[in-house]
Amino acid sequence: MTAIDPTAHLTAEQIEELGRELDAIRDEVIADRGEKDAAYIRKVISAQRKLELASRGVLLFSIFPPAWLLGTAGLSVAKIMDNMEIGHNILHGQWDWMRDPKIHSTTWEWDHVSPAEQWKHSHNELHHTYTNVIGKDNDLGYGIMRVDEDQKWHPFHLGQPLWNFINACFFEYGIAAYDLELAKNLHKRRRRNPEFRARAKAVGRKIRKQVLKDYVIHPLLSGPSFLTTLAATFTANLVRNIWTHSVIMCGHFPEGVQVFERQSVKGETRGQWYLRQMMGSANISGSRAMHFMTGNLSHQIEHHLFPDLPSNRYAEVAVKVRALFEKYELEYVTGPLPKQVFSAWHKVFRLSLPNKKPKVKTPAREKEFAAA
Amino acid sequence: MVTTPLLPSDYLDLVSPLRAGADLRGRIEAVHPETGDAATVVIRPGRGWRGHTAGQYMRIGVDVDGRRLWRAYSITSPTDRQDGRITITVKAIPDGKVSNHLVHRATPGTLIQLDQPTGDFVLPHAKPAKVLYLTAGSGITPVMGMLRDTEFDDVVMVHCAPQPQDVIFRNELHDLVADKNLRLTEVHTDTDGRLDIARLGELVPDWAERETWACGPAGLLDAAEEHWTEHGVQERLHTERFRPRIVVAGDGGEVTFSATGKTVGADGATPLLDVGEEAGVLMPSGCRMGICFGCVTPLKAGAVRDLRTGEITEAEPGVLIQTCVSAAAGPCDIER
Repeated sequence: MTAIDPTAHLTAEQIEELGRELDAIRDEVIADRGEKDAAYIRKVISAQRKLELASRGVLLFSIFPPAWLLGTAGLSVAKIMDNMEIGHNILHGQWDWMRDPKIHSTTWEWDHVSPAEQWKHSHNELHHTYTNVIGKDNDLGYGIMRVDEDQKWHPFHLGQPLWNFINACFFEYGIAAYDLELAKNLHKRRRRNPEFRARAKAVGRKIRKQVLKDYVIHPLLSGPSFLTTLAATFTANLVRNIWTHSVIMCGHFPEGVQVFERQSVKGETRGQWYLRQMMGSANISGSRAMHFMTGNLSHQIEHHLFPDLPSNRYAEVAVKVRALFEKYELEYVTGPLPKQVFSAWHKVFRLSLPNKKPKVKTPAREKEFAAA
Repeated sequence: MVTTPLLPSDYLDLVSPLRAGADLRGRIEAVHPETGDAATVVIRPGRGWRGHTAGQYMRIGVDVDGRRLWRAYSITSPTDRQDGRITITVKAIPDGKVSNHLVHRATPGTLIQLDQPTGDFVLPHAKPAKVLYLTAGSGITPVMGMLRDTEFDDVVMVHCAPQPQDVIFRNELHDLVADKNLRLTEVHTDTDGRLDIARLGELVPDWAERETWACGPAGLLDAAEEHWTEHGVQERLHTERFRPRIVVAGDGGEVTFSATGKTVGADGATPLLDVGEEAGVLMPSGCRMGICFGCVTPLKAGAVRDLRTGEITEAEPGVLIQTCVSAAAGPCDIER
């Protein structure tokens, strides 16, 4: 966090006006949501299933290098689609309005070792409500890293570039552990907590199923291509993990993104909540294909403002949101993927060391909120 | 295991949504206009369709503007239709989302969701000697299913519609009359006025001796039940009520938590989540601001208002609401 609060120039009244303008943007999309959107998500789901089937089909012959390449590429894309544009967004309830029990946040399950139910709690409830609040939003460094000067340094953080790399490679397991709050719950007394045990069991079941499918059944079905298919599914999972990890790092870690003190969110108004989402998120710029492959999380700012709007609408919403940033003289943090990934990694390296100068606490915004 | 986390059926649905073992669906194969505001929809049901009895209805789930809505319609095709298709005949009612969609905008090829047929407005096993069908408006639809299915020696029909051109199936009815299979009296209420049930005897002198099936608006059916009871022949009258869901959206109301068995009063500004928790009901909850969908709960009856947009959501099977941003809009029933 910078010592200068980038929202200090806004009065309480302006912040509420900003909130009303954002509400209006949301209402507009909701009033217009309909058949085309429903057709969109159904098309994406159908395409993903066909791609996955075809890729796994091709991989049955993965002993031939061209088949391996094609199948692995296809399966990687299919897994990314499943997790990002489809799974993440359905689990947000973005498509609940369709009332189709097959495409609903309460029934959906994804190709991921963290069960949907647990991920929804840690992601939708904790991360999206307490975005970038130190001590409340565990997404800030996932509990293993320090991604802001205001987070306390510990010698453990010296290794954080390595932790982050390992986390990227096995990101789905990282997420599952994170959803279980494993670090916190592994203490002796908590480990016996029946609620934790039930959740850990659910994760175990999910991991077993996923591993069985990817590393046993599919390779076995491939017969002579057993080993090459095994390598292919491993690679596809790796590609998916690194890709999703990179995209998600770009959402909240790049330079320019703000974090907040616990105190500052007490009694937060709607406008203040919106403002925190605006300042706490960063976008990725790029082509339509890039937006699609990130599950439209490249529109992270818009997603955080309106987590339940259908993802195919973020692009049009972004134009209006960006205009509001300009109107209220706020910095819209965005950039191409390589730049943002570099920026986030740079921070991970930089903050693995203690702060150079004494940090400045209590941003101006916090004081102002307290007075408002 | 091969397809986890999906089921094999999720893949099969892509190529064969009507196969045996799939969720029951149907495909709209044609839409034939009947009158200016009514149309017959021809549906190819999935392999799991069990078949119906003449006079029964079924629920169908149609995606209107991307949103799945369920309604019940009488089946108008005979039970022995050779091509295995079924038909429903729909009259577009003012502001009716599903009926207007089906009559004016539905296109062949569209998939819809089906439920198995149900209803006890059906003919008995033993053929009655004399039959009277008393219908009004779209109330003719279950009766048409019966007329097409079973022939009787002596059938009289009294049907009410505003004007001659509003009579659904008019040509087919007149053909039946020409073949002497039916005696028909049309009451055109725009010119003749409403049917006065007390004077039914003038149209059908032996009405009391006839096994009667009546279907139409509540006013007609109430009057018929009273009339038949007065003459002590109520066991000969069978009625079918199309219950249009009349939800009067109000501001606040009595909230029932049917699983817990609690009922409390709520105003129109308090989230149902708070109302439930206050009443000691175990409510699922999350962000408490409408973003995480951790609190969604089935709305069994009544209506709620979205506190953010003012939008009203009415109860329908499968409708879930976010209790943290919904308040009672009239009496409602939350499944907790």
